[in-house]
Amino acid sequence: MSGRERILGRVQRALAAVPAGDTPYEQAVSRDYLREHGQRTVAEAVDLLAENLADYRARVHRCSAGELPAVIAGLLAARTSASVLVPPGLDEGWLADTQVTRVADLAESGARELDGVDSVVTACAVAIAETGTLVLDGGPDQGRRRISLVPDHHICVVRVPEQVVSSVPQALGRLDPTRPLTWISGPSATSDIELDRVEGVHGPRTLEVVLVGGPGQEPPGSVAGGG
Amino acid sequence: MSGTFVGMPAFPKAAHDAVRDGTLRANLRHATHTIRAKRAKAVAEVSDWAALREAGKQIKDHTLRHLDEYLVRLEQSVTAAGGTVHWAADAEEANRIVAGLIRATGETEVVKVKSMATQEIGLNEALLAEGIHAYETDLAELIVQLGKDRPSHILVPAIHRNRGEIRDIFRAEMGAWGRPAPEGLTDTPAELAEAARLHLREKFLRAKVGVSGANFMVAETGTLVVVESEGNGRMCLTLPETLISVVGIEKVVPTWRDLEVFLQTLPRSSTAERMNPYTSMWTGTTHTDGPRTFHLVLLDNGRTDTLADEVGRQALRCIRCSACLNVCPVYERAGGHAYGSVYPGPIGAILSPQLRGTQSEIDASLPYASSLCGACYEVCPVAIDIPEVLVHLRERVVEGGPVVREGNKVVLRPAKGHAAERAALRAARWAFSRPGALRAGQRLASRTRRLHPRTLPGPGRAWTGTRELPTVPAEPFRDWWQRTQGGKKEAE
Repeated sequence: MSGRERILGRVQRALAAVPAGDTPYEQAVSRDYLREHGQRTVAEAVDLLAENLADYRARVHRCSAGELPAVIAGLLAARTSASVLVPPGLDEGWLADTQVTRVADLAESGARELDGVDSVVTACAVAIAETGTLVLDGGPDQGRRRISLVPDHHICVVRVPEQVVSSVPQALGRLDPTRPLTWISGPSATSDIELDRVEGVHGPRTLEVVLVGGPGQEPPGSVAGGG
Repeated sequence: MSGTFVGMPAFPKAAHDAVRDGTLRANLRHATHTIRAKRAKAVAEVSDWAALREAGKQIKDHTLRHLDEYLVRLEQSVTAAGGTVHWAADAEEANRIVAGLIRATGETEVVKVKSMATQEIGLNEALLAEGIHAYETDLAELIVQLGKDRPSHILVPAIHRNRGEIRDIFRAEMGAWGRPAPEGLTDTPAELAEAARLHLREKFLRAKVGVSGANFMVAETGTLVVVESEGNGRMCLTLPETLISVVGIEKVVPTWRDLEVFLQTLPRSSTAERMNPYTSMWTGTTHTDGPRTFHLVLLDNGRTDTLADEVGRQALRCIRCSACLNVCPVYERAGGHAYGSVYPGPIGAILSPQLRGTQSEIDASLPYASSLCGACYEVCPVAIDIPEVLVHLRERVVEGGPVVREGNKVVLRPAKGHAAERAALRAARWAFSRPGALRAGQRLASRTRRLHPRTLPGPGRAWTGTRELPTVPAEPFRDWWQRTQGGKKEAE
């Protein structure tokens, strides 16, 4: 007997007492939890996203679309990055103001080559305000999962307000499960030493999030910085 | 210290030794108290916690009641997405499958994401016997592996180690496994994390095979989910060419939408965060992104036996958050090693004896490793009534009776060593069904109460060693009731 038959047989015997007309899935789960926690305007959702990102030590910057190239150039310069990984479909204009060497994520390049690159710039698919989370889905402006992982400095651009949702349930509704998804909430961290959170292990130790566009333009540059 | 749990003494013996270890007590107290307050705050942030908890319970209960259907659907979805599904009835079969898959790649080393299922089946030891080196990449698992130690917590397996001990392990052992610890390494957590980053980066970059578990598997879509903090999970899930995931069959959920419940309750319950730093979701294989080959090994290893017990099966709802460990007064004092299993604490006390059976000394003692205070039930994000299952398993140990082991119905004999308990209960049953005898006995007890010893003799001595014997009242209740007509005469 194969493992499959053995296991399924055991399951069926264990569940012999479950009646054929057992409550169907749709009625078995009461979905009376909230779709989002509290009512907020679009601008308030963006503010909450910035606040929660900063709370988990992401560095948050806000600017208009026109200011974005200068902001990205400034962040790369401040970091003294010599090279930047670029997803294949990234808006070329975003890097118009910087002279830093662009590195493409070629199929033949191994992880080792990526390890030598200083920074990476990506877009995202969705951002979740309540949890301060960015979700990347491997779209052309985000690239393969490895590029936002191996370099130590990740700049992620969020188009606000259209890419921002309030809650986890809303985010799942927008995402395509067939795509490889990476949910990012702050820089790499660990609680493994005495159950206390320390930032910076294997993923990028510096996460900079640029919220671009949206109402109520603040002056360019950092308004809600983390540590 | 040996890296396995085989031949562990019963919980009372192991705990007796552990509570005398001052360093261990201090480490555990510090860590569990740190996380308790933070968890309470993270949970208080969401006003619908009770509804989320109930929905999580219902999703898991429904899935368990139709587990065969959802496993078959999962298999179809994963296969359609380019993955290969294997079924392993026990640890040995799972280890054989994984070793075979690795051998087929020609590789002799793998990088591992922290996984309870692979700990449970002793995969690393089985692979080593086949000449394959498995490198743990989670910081706490790394500390345990380098220290030739055993895990003592579900989420933070090295919780019993403080920063100074971790530094000493890194300094002494890293060199033998790869890149040595940096010169002059101090015990600040940031430096220790940096040392782990440097040590493991080389392994990530050259790894061709990754081994993981999963927190959730979605039957509808074939999606697997790994929730983590450090990024070691992302490294192992995306850089290698081959990915092998070993996952317990109870980890399946029906739909994509179900994740909206658990992705809210798991991070807040485990690390007390609104969201953990990284969550990876993958569905089979993706052209040009990540591993080209994906194997899913579905693991039974006692889970179907647990499912066969209608009271005990709720333990399979567990999402391995470890909130119950962090609040447990027994765990805080005894530590994780005393439980003799990769699943320590309250959940371990009900899971290990069900997955492994109650035949060994340690497993028969685990249902007693609790004061039944109920704190574990209160914090559980899927509402597992751990005290209920503990009492149910105590009954099984003492009384014996029918259970399912490895898919077969067997009748357990009553455990030895509970003769006094059984005799006492038999005597109680006799007395309570004979009012005259009960009255005579109560009166005799009242009249001789000055002569009662403070501690019990013989086998009862251990019980009274830590407890006050209740004092017998001067007059039995029923005599008082008759004399005063239910208290009326006294009131006058």
